[in-house]
Amino acid sequence: MRQLIGALLIGLASHAFAIDPLPFKDRAEEVRFQHLAKELRCLVCQNQDLADSEADLAKDLRKQVFDLMREGKSDAEIKTYLVSRYNDFVLYDPPVKAGTWLLWFGPGALVLVGAGALVAILRKRSRQVAQVESEEDW
Amino acid sequence: MKRLLPFLVFVALCGLLGFGIWWNTHHETNEVPSPLIGKTAPEFTLPLLYEPQKSLSRKELLGQPYLLNVFGSWCPTCQDEHPFLMREGKTLGVRLIGLDWKDQPDAAKRWLQQFGNPYETIIADENGHAGIDFGVYGAPETFLIDAQGIIRYKRIGVLTPEVIATELKPQIAAVGGTHGVMSP
Repeated sequence: MRQLIGALLIGLASHAFAIDPLPFKDRAEEVRFQHLAKELRCLVCQNQDLADSEADLAKDLRKQVFDLMREGKSDAEIKTYLVSRYNDFVLYDPPVKAGTWLLWFGPGALVLVGAGALVAILRKRSRQVAQVESEEDW
Repeated sequence: MKRLLPFLVFVALCGLLGFGIWWNTHHETNEVPSPLIGKTAPEFTLPLLYEPQKSLSRKELLGQPYLLNVFGSWCPTCQDEHPFLMREGKTLGVRLIGLDWKDQPDAAKRWLQQFGNPYETIIADENGHAGIDFGVYGAPETFLIDAQGIIRYKRIGVLTPEVIATELKPQIAAVGGTHGVMSP
């Protein structure tokens, strides 16, 4: 049983590293690549990032990102390259611009509205309570 | 009125949730709108599937509008789309160019032999680079490119008869396919 679990674990481990080994020249390049791939979305399985996806297109795009890195492109240039083909959707962090204001600031605005309403209601209540207490109608 | 306020807020929330449900059912949630529409189609020079020693480039296709249909023999949805292209491809009034994407040429030829070839010409993008330049992420995808080489319309997914009639044909007419307004 133990051997079986061991074999399974080894199988899993090799699977985890089987995602197309790219010829990184050093650790720094690999870290940069992994960081970049984590910020990019796999378009086929849309809730996965590019680093994790087994989809065939994701492999191609990883290769493409790697090649662009080798050509000396900056992270921003690589992202622009992908956005010009696949839209902002390819980025996990959508850029702040007019079309995404609602997305970026909507939740904060809602919290502010809610907090405002809460404060208004609490003030009104405390005024009412104070009034009731001063009148001592109870 | 004051007492109604919480109820009205509740109704508004219900409306919002209802809209969410409607939106998700009437809208392809996986569809990523292409940033390429209205822009010049990316450059490509690709070998012909049936004559690999010859090639076809974006520039050579200028002068007439054409449809670029991205397919692959490995793609089951392309098989769903295929009969519609076989039936309607010749009546669309534009050239129908196939882009065999990430495919083995031999497998593609077998596939076309089995199901028929609706294309005027097929170019082969074996390594998928041209597909990436076109922002393809799932075949079948279809691009309508006008005579000036600008992408006018993109369909992600099957060109069903409904889509052909309600979306594609008006777009073809707008770019001056032979069934639309002929420009000299």
